[in-house]
Amino acid sequence: MAKVASLSRLALDAPALDSARNDLLAVLEHVANLQNLDVEGVEPMPRPHDTVNRLAEDEPGPTLDRDVLLAMAPKTEGPFIAVPKVLGEGGA
Amino acid sequence: MTTPHSDNPSDPFVDPKDDLTARVHQVRNAETSTAHRLESLITEIESSNSTLNAYHEIFADSARATAQSIDTRLAAGDDPGPLAGSVMAIKDNLCTTEGRTTCSSRMLENYRSPYDATVITRLREAGATLVGKTNMDEFAMGSSSETCAWGPVRNPHGKDRVPGGSSGGSASAVGAGIADAALGSDTGGSIRQPAAFCGCVGFKPTYGRISRYGLVAFGSSLDQIGPLARSVRDAALIYEVLGGIDSNDATTSDLAIEPSLADGPVDPSTLRVGIPREHCTDRNHPGVTERLEQTIDSLREAGATIVDVDLPMTDYGISTYYVIAPAEASSNLARYDGIRYGYRAEPRPGESLEELYARTRSEGFGPEVRRRIMLGTYVLSAGYYDAYYKRSLQVRRLIKQEFDSAFAKCDILLGPTSPSPAFQIGAGLDTISMYLNDVYTVNANIAGIPAISIPGGSVEQDGETLPMGIHLQTPAFGESKLLRAASTIESMIRSD
Repeated sequence: MAKVASLSRLALDAPALDSARNDLLAVLEHVANLQNLDVEGVEPMPRPHDTVNRLAEDEPGPTLDRDVLLAMAPKTEGPFIAVPKVLGEGGA
Repeated sequence: MTTPHSDNPSDPFVDPKDDLTARVHQVRNAETSTAHRLESLITEIESSNSTLNAYHEIFADSARATAQSIDTRLAAGDDPGPLAGSVMAIKDNLCTTEGRTTCSSRMLENYRSPYDATVITRLREAGATLVGKTNMDEFAMGSSSETCAWGPVRNPHGKDRVPGGSSGGSASAVGAGIADAALGSDTGGSIRQPAAFCGCVGFKPTYGRISRYGLVAFGSSLDQIGPLARSVRDAALIYEVLGGIDSNDATTSDLAIEPSLADGPVDPSTLRVGIPREHCTDRNHPGVTERLEQTIDSLREAGATIVDVDLPMTDYGISTYYVIAPAEASSNLARYDGIRYGYRAEPRPGESLEELYARTRSEGFGPEVRRRIMLGTYVLSAGYYDAYYKRSLQVRRLIKQEFDSAFAKCDILLGPTSPSPAFQIGAGLDTISMYLNDVYTVNANIAGIPAISIPGGSVEQDGETLPMGIHLQTPAFGESKLLRAASTIESMIRSD
């Protein structure tokens, strides 16, 4: 469960992980009935109606101003979004 | 609170004389004004919202400016659009430039959208006055509106009962008469189930009919926007305003939106109504069964052909949904990392970017959202993808094929919207029991077909009289047929 939480980018303590494990097992037990169905040769259907997205012309359109986008960020420094240090010592 | 009540004991929750269409006509005929209607609603909201918790935010100033503008245009002989005179509420997962768009989550507690969703633009262009944003289950994940970060929403028709979810605030507002209509979103039943619980009409059009640009994404192959309203004619009117192709949403269909009710209600004697056996089981509340049978009897007496149909995939719908929806949600919600917008945990000295992401997400998301993200991550992870996600996409095709076979035998499917009426807040349903609220609604999302819940009369539960919903479905892009049939059945139920 710790691996799933890590892949989900969630930081959970031990009781929360236990609770999440129980919830996950309950749902997996319920969805186990999908294994009873014969799906041999059935084409997967990622979206309804087998629709295919329309492609737009490759033309520039209006965009939001940088200041508008920066105003939404939790922390900024000048014209940049501030984040914790990404690179370690020596740029590794 | 001004809960609309008709004189009809079988349908005590809706007064057809008090719907949005009637309001629009009254304003056009100068019998009243948009501004007057708005002030009346704001007063009602102020007195009842502390109990209902339907609204998270009211846009009193901008709504007053809009209402004034609409009234001025009407007085000058201008036509502000088919929704001029109406006052509508918006589910808080639709982006509006007024106020915040929170998805009822701490993650977006202070998020202000720099743009309007396409449906908001279309409502404005049609003359609607938008009064505020309604509470919901966090990120639309829930069937009771109890996962709302701003506290549970209440049902206007039952003491301490849930309004359903996830569009519970919109349903509560319409059911209580503190909005003329509202927008919701429906990923597995999130418009229709709360509509059934709150005694209103809830309509989910075909996947692709209405642009999702500006809808905060949950399950992208399932999400659809639609109206919650007091009558089928209101739902049709709003749908016609919202629908149609949008260059900002590549999944929208270019099929024309027909004026749904232009030809009036359908003659019931021409209808072949399919009743799925799997929707008429003993899992239904006895009162739900009674109302369903009453509706079927009325249709039969009116000359409709009643056909029994089999939908054995009904019992696989919830399983399919709870693989596909969390998988898509885990991907869609990956964007909430505390960097570009939304909540960010207070950084700690020496903390890495990865650690900040994880703490931000754990603090910003509530338990149900975290649960679904982990479930989605699990079913998409190496070693489990084929067994869960790919298999669910194959089962989706089987569900669609089953609908195709059913619709070869009938024009419309009819059953209950939900197995039971509204349950108590804090009933403590386990995860699976909560998910099973959507057992009859979820397959319409999986197959992308249109579906509507209309008030089906009342059910007695623990000494309370509660609404129930009748659920109707047609093939994809069959909205005109669906709405015409729904209008006919609505009239029959009201006159029973």
